[in-house]
Amino acid sequence: MDISKQIVDDFVANDISFVTTVPCKQLAGVIEEVDSRPEIYHIPSNKEDEGMGLCAGAFMGGKRPAIIMQNTAIGVTINTLVTLTQFYRMPLPMLISYRGELKEPVACQAEMAVHTKALLNQLNIPTYHFHHREDAQELDAILKYTFMCNKPVAILTDATFWGGY
Amino acid sequence: MIRSDIIREIAPILRDQLVVCNIGLPSQEMHLIDDNAANFYMLGTMGLSSSIGLGLALSQPKTVISIDGDGSVLTNFGTLPTIANNVADNFILLIVDNGSYGSTGDQPTYAGKKTSLTAVAKACGCETVVECQAEETGKVLQAAIDSKKMTIIVAKCESGNIKVPVITMDPVTIRDRFMGAVKA
Repeated sequence: MDISKQIVDDFVANDISFVTTVPCKQLAGVIEEVDSRPEIYHIPSNKEDEGMGLCAGAFMGGKRPAIIMQNTAIGVTINTLVTLTQFYRMPLPMLISYRGELKEPVACQAEMAVHTKALLNQLNIPTYHFHHREDAQELDAILKYTFMCNKPVAILTDATFWGGY
Repeated sequence: MIRSDIIREIAPILRDQLVVCNIGLPSQEMHLIDDNAANFYMLGTMGLSSSIGLGLALSQPKTVISIDGDGSVLTNFGTLPTIANNVADNFILLIVDNGSYGSTGDQPTYAGKKTSLTAVAKACGCETVVECQAEETGKVLQAAIDSKKMTIIVAKCESGNIKVPVITMDPVTIRDRFMGAVKA
């Protein structure tokens, strides 16, 4: 099955119906899939912290939200993750393209990649790393875990997982 | 009139609505003047009142009013195109524009200089944008609620603050009782 379709099927199966996205080349397929599903309200954000605000509102309105973004966004959103999502104990699955890993063609991306896991670790954010295609089989369990514990949870997806550039 | 005068005046109108209160003094003033379960107080995260309010409005049918400030809208400028392009007719963004960062000591904002938030909101594609003077805020807000059209209100007022205590309520309590009010 197409991996983007598989991921979004898991979103829908877990009743995720409000998804905000900030694009990344690697995420183009999954964003297109999100946009095509009638079960999901897709609201593109201009910046990832704005998207987390939208998700906080959607959660309080009774919907299950998710955000799709690049790992550079961790640098943008630390304050929001800490003072909104974590402080108010809200669930937020974060499907993140892990740029700057093996097969990366853009040197600057490696600069943020080396900080990504360290920052998530510092923030006590449960973090999963999809490297091989079969790693995505855990997504359903990760989403259930996220809405069980009301935490932001990071799912890092690297270039090997997406099949290169 | 300063912001707290506006909040005091519109509190009876806000009483029956879901209200997302901006960080700092707006939340503290709302908490002091009319604390109730339908108020969501932001204890941190400058700039996201409008985003939280829009997400909430898009996810359930009740009217949502985000009380924001000119400084906070400037912080999260990307919110205005998102609002314009995701119309929620149960959403009202009330920007109390006093031309200053009130919670941090009334430093001037660009909205108090050359930049018109009303013009920016219109340029971003927001269809109903009403600028008013502080004294008219109640009337304009009630009309926006009654219109059932997504409305951006820019209420111009003087800068200045009253002394208010900080909110000591636990954030999870704020969120939990607010979600109770959303569902009620």
